[in-house]
Amino acid sequence: MMHVRRSPEEIAANRQRYEEHQKKGLEFAPKALPAPSPLPAPAIDAAAIIHQETIPGGWHWSTALKRGEALRIDQAEGGSTVALVAWNAADTSERLNLVDTVKVQWTTALGKGRVIFSDMGRVMFSLIEDSSGAHDCLMGGSTAASNAAKYPGVKTRNTRDNLVLVAGKLGLTRRDIPAILNLFAPVRVDDDGGFHWRGKLSNSGDYAELRAEMDMIVGLSNCPHPLDPDPVYAPKPVIVTRFRAPVPAVDDLSRTATAEALRGFENNASMLA
Amino acid sequence: MTDFIKTSASRSLENAVQEHFIPAEAPWSGIVRKGQTIRIEDSYGQQAIDTLFYRADDFAERYSSQDTMRTQGGAYIGTGTKIISNEGNVMLIMTADSCGRHDTSAGACSCESNTVRFGHGTKYLHACRDNFVLEVTKHGMSKRDIVPNINFFMNVPIKPNGEMTIVDGISASGDYVELVAEMDVLCVISNCPQINNPCNGFDPTPIRVLIWDGED
Repeated sequence: MMHVRRSPEEIAANRQRYEEHQKKGLEFAPKALPAPSPLPAPAIDAAAIIHQETIPGGWHWSTALKRGEALRIDQAEGGSTVALVAWNAADTSERLNLVDTVKVQWTTALGKGRVIFSDMGRVMFSLIEDSSGAHDCLMGGSTAASNAAKYPGVKTRNTRDNLVLVAGKLGLTRRDIPAILNLFAPVRVDDDGGFHWRGKLSNSGDYAELRAEMDMIVGLSNCPHPLDPDPVYAPKPVIVTRFRAPVPAVDDLSRTATAEALRGFENNASMLA
Repeated sequence: MTDFIKTSASRSLENAVQEHFIPAEAPWSGIVRKGQTIRIEDSYGQQAIDTLFYRADDFAERYSSQDTMRTQGGAYIGTGTKIISNEGNVMLIMTADSCGRHDTSAGACSCESNTVRFGHGTKYLHACRDNFVLEVTKHGMSKRDIVPNINFFMNVPIKPNGEMTIVDGISASGDYVELVAEMDVLCVISNCPQINNPCNGFDPTPIRVLIWDGED
């Protein structure tokens, strides 16, 4: 295999550019972001509410969400984990992409002010409110097998089957289920890569609000996270509220806090033009 | 080229049933039958070899990074790691690893994500996602079928506070991984062309893939 290497000058220039981006991503961006949203969650203006529903423990749900609307997910009784997937309503091949989301924002820790990307370099959601910042991008959800091992002899519902149901009822298939975001799952990684449940990161009554930045279909599953330390399968209900979010101001936090979000929203704008 | 390193008495360069040289920046795909062992060699060192696996007789079953990480309880890939599908089945098992650091959290580069991460000026650069799209369409698949992949030899430490950056790879010339297939799989590789981050030392180089039949 003959191969001509790049020149040392070219490599040095690219390295310098990377390190500048890295410095901004690791040092500037986190400082530009706010503290978690205060608890308890404030009431949503009744006139702005489009739909509200309680998802029982163990169940799935899906909704359309138009650009400018938001979804509040409220673990009203505490201790719930909600798995989230989403597709662009106009082209379901564009979908939630967590690997890009964590890579371009230089962190697996999502919280208020961060955004969630699609596979096409566009922003799907802005996290406009978030009381915990304790979410999991890495581990995925429960399956029939993981539940059978964790809750032997108990009939349970699981996230994998729930999301197959969500996709199937929308005319989509197993091929369309992206990697999932677990909201309210305080998972952190140790120096060896091992996953740990950091329960202290969570609060009773945590909530998150995700503003849609494109027209979407959103799917949720309300099942215990695989690392949830509760040995008893007893998922609690969550309240979901679809509402008209305030129109983002020029200095909207999610749209201005990081260079990466700015460029992502520029990609959104070119889709809308 | 590097010397051949023996990991089993029955495996030599001469008795490999397939040998593929994948140029810098190029994609490749091929079938690995149940019982066969695939070696992916970082021939020049410090590369990122983006890899996906699909069940050969049902492409809807495919590599799942989240199921793989969840099943083993950790973020990194190494010897002994079971490569798990979206249906929870073991697709392959990693049987040898001379490097010690592989990623499955950071996905593949794309023209689109490059614009977000490094600026719109990087849109028109060759990217892994384009490689994957080209390669999977040969097998009747589409963008729908591209899922988060494994990045062999890519070094992406995740800190306890969540910080995650791609840093210089630790693989040396000739480092390799070997995986034994537990089902017939289609392996799809993008020999990563990224020149905006240190996943391949800013200098994409060729790689080699070898496949051997099972030992029994």
